[in-house]
Amino acid sequence: MQGPGDFEVSRRDVLKLGAAATAVPLVAKGQAGSPAEAPVSTQLSLNVNGKVHALKLDTRTSLLDALRDHLQLTGSKKGCDHGQCGACTVLVNGRRINSCLSLAVMHAGDKITTIEGLGTPNKMHAMQAAFVKHDGFQCGYCTPGQICSAVGMLSEVKANVPSHATTDLTAPCALTNPELRERMSGNICRCGAYSNIAEAIADAAGVPAAGRSA
Amino acid sequence: MRPFSYEKAATPAAAASAAAKNPHAKFIAGGTNLLDLMKLEIEKPAHLIDVNGLALDKVEATPEGGLRIGALVRNTDLAAHDKVRKDYPLLSRALLAGASGQLRNKATTAGNLLQRTRCPYFYDTNQACNKRAPGTGCGALAGFSRQLAVIGTSNTCIATHPSDMAIAMRALDAVVDTVQPDGAQRHVAIADFHTLPGDKPQVENVLKPGELITSVTLPKPVGGAQVYHKVRDRASYAFALVSVGMIVQKDGTGRLAVGGVAPKPWRVEAADAELPRGAKAVAAKLFAGAKPTHDNEFKIALTERVIEASLADLRRA
Repeated sequence: MQGPGDFEVSRRDVLKLGAAATAVPLVAKGQAGSPAEAPVSTQLSLNVNGKVHALKLDTRTSLLDALRDHLQLTGSKKGCDHGQCGACTVLVNGRRINSCLSLAVMHAGDKITTIEGLGTPNKMHAMQAAFVKHDGFQCGYCTPGQICSAVGMLSEVKANVPSHATTDLTAPCALTNPELRERMSGNICRCGAYSNIAEAIADAAGVPAAGRSA
Repeated sequence: MRPFSYEKAATPAAAASAAAKNPHAKFIAGGTNLLDLMKLEIEKPAHLIDVNGLALDKVEATPEGGLRIGALVRNTDLAAHDKVRKDYPLLSRALLAGASGQLRNKATTAGNLLQRTRCPYFYDTNQACNKRAPGTGCGALAGFSRQLAVIGTSNTCIATHPSDMAIAMRALDAVVDTVQPDGAQRHVAIADFHTLPGDKPQVENVLKPGELITSVTLPKPVGGAQVYHKVRDRASYAFALVSVGMIVQKDGTGRLAVGGVAPKPWRVEAADAELPRGAKAVAAKLFAGAKPTHDNEFKIALTERVIEASLADLRRA
């Protein structure tokens, strides 16, 4: 792999030299940063939805961009690209993560599951079917992330991972409505379909929805 | 994001040594804060050393009766660990009060300690910020400072440390274990780990170039009733305006650390000593010498009330 300093002067260096020549020390962005470099690419294989893909990627490629732009798995969505909205949620080795805040190169050897791997229109995952049944969306943009997150969340409850809403840390976790909402707080729905999302997840989990008798 | 080369570290000492040789290198573990900052070009490493493969992901009992938490133990796993839930519930509670399920699945113990401030002037590269670009000034001092620190600040920086986990670790007297580039180990009390901004707000802790956190060690459990009370602008998935991590024994003595108010987890031993006398006495000692801004002076009164609420929680428990 090429390291820093192996490359010829880039446009950014030229700009930096220009700035230095005019001697302006008060540029907010002008701190002593890393030297400018050309992109570095790397070979890796990603196991996505049971299929292994050989890829050559810029090291900067997020897992989300690898899925969407290189493997054409566009079900996972880019909302904020900063881990604040949850639209990019996928399962890595069964655990839900924000794929925008992870580098593809860090996932060689992992088993990645996206919304496309959970089910298909003809053979939906139980969580997908529950979202359809309960109308758990309006525009649908956050939905793949909501569904992947909900599937990961139910595994966490099964593994007895507590949450901020858990009243007794030493008791087994029960998926009440406040628990469900707290555990899904990393997925934002700007249409505000939350009550139907909560009902869909409760249905898929086999627990009573809020405000309804069991 | 600026281009970078990438390597996977083989051992902790090799990682530290590689990082010491390259001033533009950074370690990456969970990456949930570093990648966020790299996208904004606030962090600009030319080389990343991926430490995820290192065997630093265990939670083990120590011979002294405490717990050694590997640097790579994920926040979810630490919060869910049976011993932590039973013996250090304050730590579980603090972890669960932070971030989202997805982020806690990635975020690591060491990375949580090293996360950067969420001061909006640090995040906005068009603003002056002495922490991001030393010498450019502090946009927050005369700007919107509602979220920012009231004590431990300087005239160069009023940013807060954002961690919930670190508040619990401060109250529990944790020790940060590291390995240095020459392979030597170091053990730093968490009280001494984070630094105050002074005239160098870009420096946030005592780690030396290349030094890698390998674990965080908790002393043996102190018992008592434990609570982590976090107040924020929404019910979940937000940073603290004020948080209180508190342990109170049956005789009314105890200890507390507070978050959201200072550049590091804030604990004052003289304030601990006031716990039997109530929230007002504690807050007076905690905030002696505080320099709030017009926007954030409410945090002092709010903290006193959160201490009172925490004491009430513990009386009920």
